[in-house]
Amino acid sequence: MTPSPASPFLHARALTKRFSGVTALDSVSLSVEKGEVHAVIGENGAGKSTLMKILAGVQSQDEGEIFIDGKPITLGRVEKALSQGIALIHQELNLADNLDVGSNIFLGREPTRNGLIDSKKINTDASQFLKMVGLELNPRTLVETLPIGVQQMIEIAKALSVNARLLIMDEPTSSLSQLETEELFRVIAKLKSQGVTILYISHRLFEIETIADRVTILRDGKNAGHLEKANITHDAMVEAMVGRDISQFYAREICKPGDPLLEVKELRTQSWPQHAISLQVRAGEMVGIAGLVGAGRTELMRAIFGIDAAIGGEVVIAGKAFTHHDCRTAINAGMAMVPEDRKSEGLILETGTRNNIGLPGLDQHRLGGIFANSRQECVDAEKMSREMRIKSPNDLQPVQYLSGGNQQKVVIGKWLSMKPTVLLLDEPTRGVDIGAKQEIYRLMEELAANGVAILFVSSEMEEVISMSDRVLVMHEGKIGGELLRANASEESIMHLATGGQVEDSFSGEKNE
Amino acid sequence: MKKILGIFGLLVFICVATHLMSDRFLTEFNIENLIRRSALFGILSIGAAFVIITSGIDLSIGSVVCLIGCLLPWMLVEQSMPVPLALIAVAAISLVIGLTHGLLITKVKLQPFVVTLCGLLFYRGLTRGIVQDQTQGFRGDFEGLRALSQGQLAIPGSDFGIPNPCLILIAVALVAIVLLNFTVYGRYMLALGRNETAARFSGINTDRMTILAYVICGMLSGLGGLLFVLDVGSAQPVDFGNFYELYAIAGAVLGGCSLRGGQGTIIGVVIGAAVMQVLKNTITLVDYIPTNIEYAVIGAVILGGVVTDEFVKRFAAKRRSQLAKRTE
Repeated sequence: MTPSPASPFLHARALTKRFSGVTALDSVSLSVEKGEVHAVIGENGAGKSTLMKILAGVQSQDEGEIFIDGKPITLGRVEKALSQGIALIHQELNLADNLDVGSNIFLGREPTRNGLIDSKKINTDASQFLKMVGLELNPRTLVETLPIGVQQMIEIAKALSVNARLLIMDEPTSSLSQLETEELFRVIAKLKSQGVTILYISHRLFEIETIADRVTILRDGKNAGHLEKANITHDAMVEAMVGRDISQFYAREICKPGDPLLEVKELRTQSWPQHAISLQVRAGEMVGIAGLVGAGRTELMRAIFGIDAAIGGEVVIAGKAFTHHDCRTAINAGMAMVPEDRKSEGLILETGTRNNIGLPGLDQHRLGGIFANSRQECVDAEKMSREMRIKSPNDLQPVQYLSGGNQQKVVIGKWLSMKPTVLLLDEPTRGVDIGAKQEIYRLMEELAANGVAILFVSSEMEEVISMSDRVLVMHEGKIGGELLRANASEESIMHLATGGQVEDSFSGEKNE
Repeated sequence: MKKILGIFGLLVFICVATHLMSDRFLTEFNIENLIRRSALFGILSIGAAFVIITSGIDLSIGSVVCLIGCLLPWMLVEQSMPVPLALIAVAAISLVIGLTHGLLITKVKLQPFVVTLCGLLFYRGLTRGIVQDQTQGFRGDFEGLRALSQGQLAIPGSDFGIPNPCLILIAVALVAIVLLNFTVYGRYMLALGRNETAARFSGINTDRMTILAYVICGMLSGLGGLLFVLDVGSAQPVDFGNFYELYAIAGAVLGGCSLRGGQGTIIGVVIGAAVMQVLKNTITLVDYIPTNIEYAVIGAVILGGVVTDEFVKRFAAKRRSQLAKRTE
């Protein structure tokens, strides 16, 4: 078990993984010492999750080798990874919430007596592991009755119960509150002192500064650097992740905004009924909404578009005021929204570009009142595919087989075919490669130049800073502040997003 | 537990109401018959419950009942097969059917609805072809074998007896309860029914557990078919077991299984199946409920049951979140 000085505890050499033509990991190496907290960071799509899934045996690599204590091992199955003492704690919680806490901790490894489950042993043992993560909890409690933060700790307790020597945590704090996050850090420190090695993936660089001993940086599926404890700073990490100067990110041409096309007056969302939100976007203006995950950005967008009913307030689209509108009304008034999760909210994955792009227009182009106008559908799809440079073998190829960038272009194209005057975009470039990103930016710019009012949510700092005329920063359900293009910087945005006032000092925490 | 009490309350309520409306309800003959029918459908419902708990469905139950119900007398009478051999054949056929469903669903990755819908059509057509649409019966023979369904365990000191199918149901239910609640297999089925990814990432062979659920359902459908035909004495391939899958599923759902999977108790399911049979009985006995609206009444009762359950659940969730807020 003790590593010889020559070989690290875990060594992955030149791992490569391809998904239907896309190289997710390109000869990535990673070496982790026993008992350290090793962070893996990178932008969306940099390959972090793929790397972790390979190490946890969820997927197998196409090329490359993995060594533990210098000995080569083959994973490829979760059971094999578990038997090597490698446990993955997923980004999405993986508990069967219809069962109780004890059953979940020992799921798949139930102690039995005479062929029956030994519940007594489960409960006494589970209590021990729960104590290790700082929970005083009856193991017979049903998981579905517990808050998310506690469920996260149960996942960790579960990993400990397999005697995990290596715990892989994939964005463990993404749904945790500040207090819960601090509790998690205490648990991590405790585990580390007991010799457990931790691979920690997070977008939250502030967290990594606090807990990581070493950092491996990935960019576009390749190794992009490595930082030792002394050099782990926010700036160093950002530089290695982005690999380019932020100011050079995308140079946008600014045009003079016209009349207000979208006005939101005292709108209250269901998730944050205590905060009334007002904002305005003018023709040709691009307004970015920044903020941490859970700040209420998506909820605001959905309420503006009318997908979720607002509790109060008014939305004015091109001079027409609406209260309690639904999205059909919003669309007819000239609004369109590109949703956050394109696969579940933006596309019908099993059909081609033709039907996806044609869908919103079907209502307008009805023939004889009831018949779908297939010809118009084809024309729209063809036009949009050409304008957006969507790469698809033909317009019937199911969009699920297209790359993320092309899928996103289909979603945007679907709404542009409706010629909207107000365009809402929620994370327009999430999971999209650099090339497609630039095309989407160019498109947004063109639309603004043609007088469309654009309101977009983004968790990518560079995007918000370089694309927005104004930035609205949300914090816990309200707009914490507004920054003009000239004042918008990573620091000023982060400052407001973490609840700071304009003059306060700020931490260097990066968004997400 | 509350759910079981709820459905048990419904059963008691219907029984009392029927007794008040008809003096023929609480007769020895009627009660005995009712227990026998409830037990037979209870067995089918337990099978359905296992697949529903793994978030699957089995629509072929009624057709399997038909296949086994017709083949058993056909093998014994027409083919003069010895009894033990016929019983082994019946068990083997049920096993193969369940296994086939399970393999198609897990390995070929077909949807349970589609696989078992095809089964529903296939087994009935197959039965009709094999027996040439002729009614199959025991022709007054095989009394010993038929006692399995028709006999009863006399209660000493009274002329009332517990019908044999009820004893068989109790045995099946006990095994099912142990399997579902006290063995790892049951635990795995509950886990995978709710969150298959979680189960798989815990190192559970989810395919094998799903197959097991369909095998259990197939075997219990076969057992049901056997007992039904032994009880009635003959089976018409055209309509024997028609709609039985719906009674089985309805019983399971009424008994607390959610079609979303991961939920259900055997006791609840057995009571749920009994409620269906008592309701049918009520409609037959109470004069001012016309018999031809039977399905409407049953449909309405099930709907009422699941709607109530949904509202109770929402209320509980709301209270929980309010409680959580207060403690913050």
